[in-house]
Amino acid sequence: MMSIALTLTPEEIVGPSPMQMLRKRVFGHRGLMFGSVVLIVVFLLALFAPLLATHDPFAQDLTARMRPPVFLGGSWDHILGTDQLGRDFLSRLLYGARISLTIGFVTAIISGVIGTTMGVAAGYFGGRTDTIVTFLITTRLAMPVVLVALAVVAIFGGSLQVVILVLGFLLWDRFAVVMRAATRQIVSREYVTAARAIGCSVPRIVLSEILPNVANSLIIVVTLEMAHAILLEAALSFLGLGVQPPTPSWGLMVSEGKQMMLFNPWMITIPGIALFALVLAINLLGDGLRDVTAPENRN
Amino acid sequence: MLVFAFKRLGLAILVALTVSVLSFGLLFLSGDPATAVAGEGATETDIEAISAFYGFDRPFIVQYGEWLWNAMRGDFGQSYYFQIPVASLIADRLTITMTLGVCAIIFALVIAIPLGVAAAVRPNSIVDRTALFVSVLGQAMPSFWFGLLLIVLFSIKLGWLAPSGTQNWHNFIMPTVVLGYYAMPAIMRLTRAGMLEVLHADYIRTARAKGAGEWRVLFKHALRNAIIPVVSLAAVQMGFMLGGSIVVESIFALHGAGYLAWESIARNDLPTVQALILIFSMFYIAFTFLSDLLNAWLDPRMRVA
Amino acid sequence: MAEPLLSVRDLTVDIPLSSGTLHAVRGIGFDLPRGETLCIVGESGSGKSMTALAVMDLLGGGMKRHASRLVFDGEDLLTASPRTMRHLRGERMAMIFQEPMTSLNPAYTIGDQLTEALFLHRRVSKQEAQARALELLEKVGITAAASRLRQYPHQLSGGLRQRVMIAMALMCEPDLIIADEPTTALDVTIQAQILRLLVDLQRELGMAMILITHDLGVVSRVADHVAVMYAGELVEYGSATEVFNTPAHPYTRGLLRCIPIPGRNERGARLGSIPGIVPSLIGNVRGCSYRTRCEFAGSACADAIPERYIETNHAYRCVHEGGGARQTAGIAL
Repeated sequence: MMSIALTLTPEEIVGPSPMQMLRKRVFGHRGLMFGSVVLIVVFLLALFAPLLATHDPFAQDLTARMRPPVFLGGSWDHILGTDQLGRDFLSRLLYGARISLTIGFVTAIISGVIGTTMGVAAGYFGGRTDTIVTFLITTRLAMPVVLVALAVVAIFGGSLQVVILVLGFLLWDRFAVVMRAATRQIVSREYVTAARAIGCSVPRIVLSEILPNVANSLIIVVTLEMAHAILLEAALSFLGLGVQPPTPSWGLMVSEGKQMMLFNPWMITIPGIALFALVLAINLLGDGLRDVTAPENRN
Repeated sequence: MLVFAFKRLGLAILVALTVSVLSFGLLFLSGDPATAVAGEGATETDIEAISAFYGFDRPFIVQYGEWLWNAMRGDFGQSYYFQIPVASLIADRLTITMTLGVCAIIFALVIAIPLGVAAAVRPNSIVDRTALFVSVLGQAMPSFWFGLLLIVLFSIKLGWLAPSGTQNWHNFIMPTVVLGYYAMPAIMRLTRAGMLEVLHADYIRTARAKGAGEWRVLFKHALRNAIIPVVSLAAVQMGFMLGGSIVVESIFALHGAGYLAWESIARNDLPTVQALILIFSMFYIAFTFLSDLLNAWLDPRMRVA
Repeated sequence: MAEPLLSVRDLTVDIPLSSGTLHAVRGIGFDLPRGETLCIVGESGSGKSMTALAVMDLLGGGMKRHASRLVFDGEDLLTASPRTMRHLRGERMAMIFQEPMTSLNPAYTIGDQLTEALFLHRRVSKQEAQARALELLEKVGITAAASRLRQYPHQLSGGLRQRVMIAMALMCEPDLIIADEPTTALDVTIQAQILRLLVDLQRELGMAMILITHDLGVVSRVADHVAVMYAGELVEYGSATEVFNTPAHPYTRGLLRCIPIPGRNERGARLGSIPGIVPSLIGNVRGCSYRTRCEFAGSACADAIPERYIETNHAYRCVHEGGGARQTAGIAL
């Protein structure tokens, strides 16, 4: 009888380990893979820009202005052609990656620290703290970002540092909203109550119980805000009120190419594609991370 | 409902006041605004005269009080650059921006909602994947670049549309598409997610068990519930669009309030910038306030609460 | 015998999953005469609800239905167009669901949802529809019915909502009403009321009813016919008296041992239980699916299981004549 019972059980299901499953999900996710690969490539290009750039990105050569890229019949000397001041387009593009990535990372860190602190405080303490933080978020959302950023950058002058600081101090809202919600959810769990009951200090609970559990959402917001910051910097620079020339910002390059787009549309197409690909990669990475870390929320 | 409306109105007013302090204070960040007005090469006495003329020498709180009091009566002072009242300057331009905003949100809703519904009805189908693809692209596309590409295609290559201007409705087509495309992905995704959730609800099965047809189930029973969060999002997007109009209007040289904002910032025209920040914020606050009311009205559970 | 209202043969429901096909319902059949009640009993996951949804053609999400015969009042449901099915649903056959809390649309009033059932199938004026809704709300025992019509579902308790669901199902006076565990989600005190109401209305209006439940006490009180399902199969089927008096399948006997009967079970004595769990139904299942839990299981149970008849209208599926040893024979209720 026993032996029959055994043969009757459906074939034993030996599931893959959690690590294997995670690995399968990560590598099986096309968006995530594409996003990470592109981001890593852009990062490496930016890091090794001095080695990879064929020319000095600031060196003007008025005798070689607006040379077309190779694929439009240009020479291999300037692979992606030259701009209206004869500066090498490829080299400027490589250095531009540094600007965009710096803006993305640093802004996300500044706004992340501000927003996470506010959100976690609101979610953890609730009550009056929560009311105040919610009010601040509402107020912040009511301010038109582009307009305020433009105005402040105009006042302090358009340098990379100013743009980063202004964006960092403006883009914390999503961090605060998401962290507040995530923290509220965690705080009501038994293990936090337990930690409180045994008398753990607030910083300890926040660091060891709450932050590790909201890390997933945090990373996703980081990617979203990186993309947001990069797009905003490009828009500000495009409007001539962000990073100032001759800095090779991609947004600025599009703006400079704008005057030439009638005859040389490639001058806006190339930096535009660079910007688009970077932002797309970061977004896909964020979406992918959300899918992989929270498979139950996939739809 | 009435209690909710009043509470919500109180919050809106408080937010509006805070924003007004910030937008007024913003321009004192640089230090002395008189120096900015005077421009380069002004002498010390020039600056003092200007300071006295505009009242910059008085305490901040007095200046703010006066500004706010005037602003509430529709007087935002004199534009430094255009030398006409800011209020009339903005009033002219706002019509254009509002037209653009309304067209863009309608464009976004008309495309995003059906697309979101179609995607939710058949998850992982070609329609769903295409919609997702378009929305991912949309979120990554810098709007100024998208605008320029449209100009290259429709104005330069095809010669169908004028690249800039404000004269007739043709001029609004490309700006509407650019601004609307920017709002579309979020609306599409929210509609899809909402419909996916609602379509699994028990009351959808009840509707089918009653003998309701597919269209009736989708649009009367499901969309009615899924649309509620979309309304809030659309209002928020509408608010953001007014801010986004700066970029779009400057690409297409559409002389609306966004374009004015850009000009004024570039020209250090403080009163105009202050007024525009305040007005854009007010619009956002008004939109979200209205959407909250609309939401409460759409969702019977909130109506009573 | 007159033509049954509903006749089902070899009904299967398959759910395609990434890990294989789940055979939720595996070849069941029954006949339901007009005005009578069939109770389908079984554990969670035995395919009871799937059977009901399959009859209504309400299976969603890629689930597939097959049958050799599925006839409702002379209408072949297997070849019926979606349009025909739509006309049958709500008008001729209605369904009441398990979850009254979520089965009503939160965005519309009770009145809107009740009258919709009528508007979908009849050409009636708004006044007539309102009057009918009012009449039925009163019939299902809702007080202040007129004001309820203007209320929203969230303003009603679970018991009231289930009454509304019943009223909604009755709007067009259907011939068949399918109630899928209509009382499971309700408070115990409300359960009896709702069930009483349902049965009274069924008798009064002469409807046939399929009542899905796992409560055998309920079955013994209301059923004309009983169908016992296990792992997607009908393991025993017969008239209520037959099944309760002479349960043939070991599973049915096991189920009957699980219910306490005042005066018969000794105070403090342990009730019966069936050890084990329902096996996975993914992939092809051969032989008797109950054999993993059956005390009479033998090697023959892995082969095809014959359908045995005790009387013309009492059948069971077991390799053992009489369902194994009879020492634990039925308990008369």
